Amino acid sequence: MKRRLFLKASASAAVIAASAGLLRPTAVLAAGWNKAAFESKSLADALKGINAADAQTSNDIVINAQNRAESGATVPVEVISNLANTESIAIIAEKNTTPLVGYYEFANGAEAYVATRIRMIQSSVVRVVARAGGKPYTASRHIEVTVGGCGG
Amino acid sequence: MKIRTQLTGDVADVKVVVMHPMETGQRRDPATGETVQAHYIQMFSAAVNGKTVLSSQWGPAVSKNPFVGFRVRGVKAGDRVSVRWQDNKGERGTAEAEIR
Repeated sequence: MKRRLFLKASASAAVIAASAGLLRPTAVLAAGWNKAAFESKSLADALKGINAADAQTSNDIVINAQNRAESGATVPVEVISNLANTESIAIIAEKNTTPLVGYYEFANGAEAYVATRIRMIQSSVVRVVARAGGKPYTASRHIEVTVGGCGG
Repeated sequence: MKIRTQLTGDVADVKVVVMHPMETGQRRDPATGETVQAHYIQMFSAAVNGKTVLSSQWGPAVSKNPFVGFRVRGVKAGDRVSVRWQDNKGERGTAEAEIR
């Protein structure tokens, strides 16, 4: 009887621990996925979703990419923020069905830099939002895509 | 998962490739004509010697077999870089490498 009680108690403790995220190693790395922002279907909503509706244009954000990409399935994009105290960078492909592509937060010596490869459904402005000192800043560049990359 | 590191002074340039289909949920299977269920990484993070340096969230527009490059200052040869991801189905993966 005692053993059964113990098993029952430890089983429910495990459930509580799991639901609190204690047993999931991933829980330490991100508070969660910003569903509202990633499921936004417009640039305005995506910007709102990352709290950047009022982002100021900045020349201190560098977006390295080809002006013309062969395939929209894999467009290399590299972003560097030269703004002091950059905390995060977001990459947005304005004409994608859901424009927000990725959101990157830096800590413990990480430079305000990220390189990735993104899908683009068609030629579009690629916008970057960098948050620095708590304020959002933005820069953009146009990338031509020969063949869109979301269907294939 | 593949991790490559290059140390220049005290700055490590880290390049990671994760093998993952990154299905958008919009693609049709050419054989069946049916939409392929969304299956993509939503969270990816990296740590050096156990301290988080990058936490990121991704949507389905990150390309298949995702590539991520990031840079970390204040590291030395022999430090450990670890990365982990989790997708929308709850699947996850981790990998670790020595910085050199």
